[in-house]
Amino acid sequence: MSLLNYTLRIADSSLISGQRLAEWCTNAHTLEEDIALSNIALDLFGQANILLEYASELDGNKTADDFAFKRNEREFFNLKMTEQPNGHFGDTIVKLFLFSSFNFLFYNKLSQSKNKNLSAFAFKSLKEVKYHLKHSKSWMVRLGDGTKESNKKVQESLNSLWEFTGEFFEMDEIDNELNKKGIGVNNKSIKEDWNNIINTTLLDSKLKRPEDGYMQTGSKSGLHTEHLGRLLSEMQYLQRAYPDAKW
Amino acid sequence: MSENTNVWEVFIQSKNGLAHKHVGNVHASDKEMALQNARDLYTRRNEGSCIWVVKSEYIVSSESEDGEAFFDPSNDKMYRHPTFYNMPEGAKHI
Repeated sequence: MSLLNYTLRIADSSLISGQRLAEWCTNAHTLEEDIALSNIALDLFGQANILLEYASELDGNKTADDFAFKRNEREFFNLKMTEQPNGHFGDTIVKLFLFSSFNFLFYNKLSQSKNKNLSAFAFKSLKEVKYHLKHSKSWMVRLGDGTKESNKKVQESLNSLWEFTGEFFEMDEIDNELNKKGIGVNNKSIKEDWNNIINTTLLDSKLKRPEDGYMQTGSKSGLHTEHLGRLLSEMQYLQRAYPDAKW
Repeated sequence: MSENTNVWEVFIQSKNGLAHKHVGNVHASDKEMALQNARDLYTRRNEGSCIWVVKSEYIVSSESEDGEAFFDPSNDKMYRHPTFYNMPEGAKHI
């Protein structure tokens, strides 16, 4: 049961980030960036799909689609960062950068998991996330070290999203149990490397690292911000309106 | 499209050892963005192993009005074609 829950947490973060990024499709400021963001969304859906298939195997009852389209808010375990609205392009880039820098280090550790499904998943996904990090990082520098206006905007994005980074390094009973078994990652152990990525990027971007203040928490037990419900109502619309529709 | 944006020509090498082929262009404001945009637009289906991007303004093209002077003189110089040799077996991409 712990393993199922742990798998869903990773799957849900990918799925919900993917859904958010997909909202940019046809809306980005250039055709090129539109496709770049959609590519990243597709990578994330691919990751979610692998893990939801595995979750379905562990569960023995629900299918991967059931997990994606028939769960309610409280049954989702994605990081709160991932469900935050896209805002303007700078908000999206900061969100993608913060999430990808964490994910990169997290998958790196997870690829050494004793659980073959999780390690193979992480190993495969690591390459994708490396690119997500690269892409978002170069935009951080471009916007942060761009004009006065762009610097001001991304600094504000960073300040307002910072409170969602606390969850990256939380460990609850499930994390501790799986980490002891050599299956799960000790999230606290990647904090230092994460700090390094953040600090060097912010320096290059001429941005200030926000102070750690109030940090959001709760997604590990299914508590979310008000934004997840609206996201799900759109993502799950078809399944809710026409249950088990086939075409 | 802002005034800082340039057009860049994209060349993809499909396999190690083969020539880079022109595939199209992208808009970008710096070389890193050009490279990433080229990657995202032109290598989504396994097309490449290497990408070159070059600012379009650096490509010098011959003019169509020069076509006769440039290219017609080689029409009647058959001896320039290596058709008098036997092709070695196994030689590809010639």
